[in-house]
Amino acid sequence: MLKLSNITKTFNKGTVNEKRALTGVNLELADGDFVTVIGGNGAGKSTLLNMIAGVYPLDSGVIELGGVDVSRLSEPARAKYLGRVFQDPMRGTAADMWIEENLALAKRRGQRRGLAWGISAEEKEEYPKLLASLGLGLETRMRSKVGLLSGGQRQALTLLMATLTNPQLLLLDEHTAALDPKTAAKVLKLTEEIVSERHLTTLMVTHNMADAIRLGNRLIMMHEGNIIFDVAGEEKKSLTVPDLLQKFEEASGGELTNDRMLLS
Amino acid sequence: MLTAMLGAVSQGILWGIMVLGVFITYKLLDIPDLTVDGSFATGGAVAAVLVVAGVDPVIAILAAMLAGAACGAVTGFLTTVFEIPAILAGILTQISLWSINLRIMGKSNTPLLANETVFSRMAELTGLPTNVVAIIVGAVVALALIAALYWFFGTEIGCALRATGDNEAMIRALGVNTGTTKMVALTLSNALVGLSGGLICESQKYADIGMGTGAIVIGLAAIVIGEVLARILPKGWTSGFAARLTSALVGSIVYFLIRAIVLQMGMDANDMKLLSAIIVALALCVPVVWERYRLRASYSKGGEGRA
Repeated sequence: MLKLSNITKTFNKGTVNEKRALTGVNLELADGDFVTVIGGNGAGKSTLLNMIAGVYPLDSGVIELGGVDVSRLSEPARAKYLGRVFQDPMRGTAADMWIEENLALAKRRGQRRGLAWGISAEEKEEYPKLLASLGLGLETRMRSKVGLLSGGQRQALTLLMATLTNPQLLLLDEHTAALDPKTAAKVLKLTEEIVSERHLTTLMVTHNMADAIRLGNRLIMMHEGNIIFDVAGEEKKSLTVPDLLQKFEEASGGELTNDRMLLS
Repeated sequence: MLTAMLGAVSQGILWGIMVLGVFITYKLLDIPDLTVDGSFATGGAVAAVLVVAGVDPVIAILAAMLAGAACGAVTGFLTTVFEIPAILAGILTQISLWSINLRIMGKSNTPLLANETVFSRMAELTGLPTNVVAIIVGAVVALALIAALYWFFGTEIGCALRATGDNEAMIRALGVNTGTTKMVALTLSNALVGLSGGLICESQKYADIGMGTGAIVIGLAAIVIGEVLARILPKGWTSGFAARLTSALVGSIVYFLIRAIVLQMGMDANDMKLLSAIIVALALCVPVVWERYRLRASYSKGGEGRA
């Protein structure tokens, strides 16, 4: 499904701020894999997702999606393969546009946009039903501006938008980190439901180790720009948070894990 | 007095077409596009030169529109391909247009005194005074444009364009090349500006190298006035897209009415630009000051309940 071969990325090359964000990452995802990604701040988790999405050009390496080499494609050109949800709830939706307009924009992900009406009559009937499945009461507010919704509602809507066209790969970049615990749990539950229902191949970055263990069928841990631990199946299910912390200390040479990882 | 007011309304409508162009870049794309000062004069210069050369005045106006579009495309090119900040790209195009406009006209102004214009032709056909003809022609063109823009911004491309101004990261993630949408918006916007310049040139019967100076500020002032007026009406009437466009047009008419009134009261015409700038600055300051005041007023030492 997704195949990363020797992905490297260095920011601000040749300056004092040089940052080797990814140092030759290799990763292969099978169809339907739900992989959680953990690691300290600056480990390269978000950069990895951004490289797959084409936000920055690659320094070297090859990215294949469903057998297609997308390494040199621009961000908009890769969009048809990818659904993305960001950490910031403001980033995934257009605040000044209606809920139904946002959904219609997402429905046309990666398609050629022409002079047909921006939202069809069938879509106007279909979207309230879809929104009703979220259980947020948004189905009656199709013509509300998205900016009026709460962070959690916006994030749930973004998730729905990201998965509307059943993308080949779903990229979730700490998509619950900016939400309060109750809302985060709700959005996470929704994520689980959508991913399993539609059998979506998913990469989910999280700071919450318990979530990382509980969700998905595979877990990878990143440190200093590479994958240092990759576990799947039964072995993953039997992991505990202390196991992970220990793994992290081993791999990083006893370096203290950062507070945010410890707390979560 | 009535003639002056009629003149102001006709000017307001014809300039209002430029305001619609500014609306696209400033309100939808969130870019104050400074190309406008240049492309407005380009529209006027092109129309004037063609009319003097004996070209049909309607075709001259269409050519003015195309010339405006080309100006916008240059700014779009600079800002999307070479990533020059939009404001600077607009300034560069605007400055270069000054020289280009002089080249087009060959001198700093071109009178059309003896030539037939769209307005003189209509006046002859209908027997109405030129002011009234200008209002009718302007209103027909402006309303047709509002209808066309309403349609365009409801299409898939139009929606992508609005989303570009709203949340660029999001719409890129949804597969839209935002360079293209910005290019389309700047081109379309300046096409309207050029069209407006051509119409103004034919209605006032001359084109002048300085006719576009301060156009962007007039555009912003008109939009602001329109928004303030829209607040008086019930929200349901004014929140739609067509209503927002119409309010920009009405804002332009009101702007030129205010202008005519203060000029009648004896204000120096050269002070008008200062007044426009003050109107825009005030409109931009008031919400900020109001918000600050509101935050300060909502503070109470005793905490909630005692406020």
